[in-house]
Amino acid sequence: MTVNWAGTAFSLILVAVAAGLSLWWGLGLERSIVWAAVRAGVQLLLVGGILVLLLRPQTSLWWSWLWVAAMLGYAAWTAKQRAPGVPRIVPLALTAFVVATALSLAVLFGLGVFPLGARTLVPLAGLIIGNAMTATVLAGRRMVEEFTDKRDEIEARLALGQPARDAARPYVRGVLRSALSPQIETTKATGLVFLPGAMTGLILGGADPVSAVLVQIVVMFLVLAAASTTTTVMALGLSRRLFTPDHRLVRLARAAS
Amino acid sequence: MEDSDAPAFTLRGVTVHRPAPDGGPPRAVLDAVDADVPVPGTTVLWGPSGAGKTTLLRLLDRLDVPDEGVVRYRGTPLDDLDPLALRREVGMVFQRPTPFAGTVRDNLRVAAPDAGDDRFTDLLTRVSLPTDVLDRDADTLSGGELQRMCLARTLVVEPRVLLLDEPTSALDAEPTRTFERTVADLAAAGLTVVWVSHDAAQVRRVADRVLEVAEGRVRPRGAQDLEELEDQA
Repeated sequence: MTVNWAGTAFSLILVAVAAGLSLWWGLGLERSIVWAAVRAGVQLLLVGGILVLLLRPQTSLWWSWLWVAAMLGYAAWTAKQRAPGVPRIVPLALTAFVVATALSLAVLFGLGVFPLGARTLVPLAGLIIGNAMTATVLAGRRMVEEFTDKRDEIEARLALGQPARDAARPYVRGVLRSALSPQIETTKATGLVFLPGAMTGLILGGADPVSAVLVQIVVMFLVLAAASTTTTVMALGLSRRLFTPDHRLVRLARAAS
Repeated sequence: MEDSDAPAFTLRGVTVHRPAPDGGPPRAVLDAVDADVPVPGTTVLWGPSGAGKTTLLRLLDRLDVPDEGVVRYRGTPLDDLDPLALRREVGMVFQRPTPFAGTVRDNLRVAAPDAGDDRFTDLLTRVSLPTDVLDRDADTLSGGELQRMCLARTLVVEPRVLLLDEPTSALDAEPTRTFERTVADLAAAGLTVVWVSHDAAQVRRVADRVLEVAEGRVRPRGAQDLEELEDQA
């Protein structure tokens, strides 16, 4: 099953419905809605174009790896934009993304879950990095908030002679729990409440439902692993940065937003 | 690690800069401070708010470090000491009580995970808390009880020095007196006490000697000055 250009254009009516609602209720969101829709459309068309190039048999797989590297860089930059209060987030976020991506791709390709190729590498890496990015921003912000709010408690622990690592542990644990909970809840509700994207796409594209479900299960585990790996790397890395080597708590500028 | 005749703390040329709240150039909260804190008795750091008393106290526990100058503990520069070992010798009670999640026992256990209830009830008695609070959630204690629990928590590691940062500023008269009496007993038992206060009447009650902190400088005040403090109170 395919959707043609005219069909895609007609789907803009759905965007018009959203914009119309905004106008009706005076939400002032109609410009944002239209802009977001146009932007997403253009971005996806560009990506589709590049994918066509990458999928040509004569194109080297290195171009796909290059794309993965570009996604990593862009995601780290986005994390910085969205969590400006987190000190020196870029190198830490990059480390978290690289760890999550390397780990997940090693499992998927190393154990032959998917064959390694441009068709699998780019979308899977995109899925991992996209979810890792959300988790990073969440974990980074929570860490800074927690360490600002609980500054007195953490210093009281340090004043008892606890090493920075021990003094931070209860608060890092709290951050990890609250950053991972949404992902775990989503995973639990999958299939009952909503049919997730990869599966929906495959079924609409004409694939056999059983293979669609199997792919979706892999994707879900992938997302869960990516989010938890990134969150952990981020929280542990940040908690180290929030202390000096002589076990003092760094003074933080109040986190933005 | 120590010189037995040395004061508990010696500060020489200690300067601390802090960024101005309006984003202007940093200002010196402490400006080339020289001061000595002897071992015996209670030394009060007295002065108006914002004068740098808390900053000075935090330097003694190495929760902050000076931009210039040197702080010595019993003759040894703090830079040459393991900060964790220093903080086990130098305990600190903060202005606002800082209970950790859990029961009073959980709080006391943080610094002494292996200690038993005997030890904890002993400590509670020393800070005039009933021993049956051990199983209570720390959040259910009153302000005065909480601050005494924090004091007990600090005493778990048997420090030789107690730093108190306006510990009674949020307490009513009666719990304040109880806290003062508890600390007086500890000082009489040989603990070195450094007490930050801006309350002249309190200074008169608890101080063996007074260091006045004002406009980034520190100077000792004598017995006559103490009477003057009382007049101001």
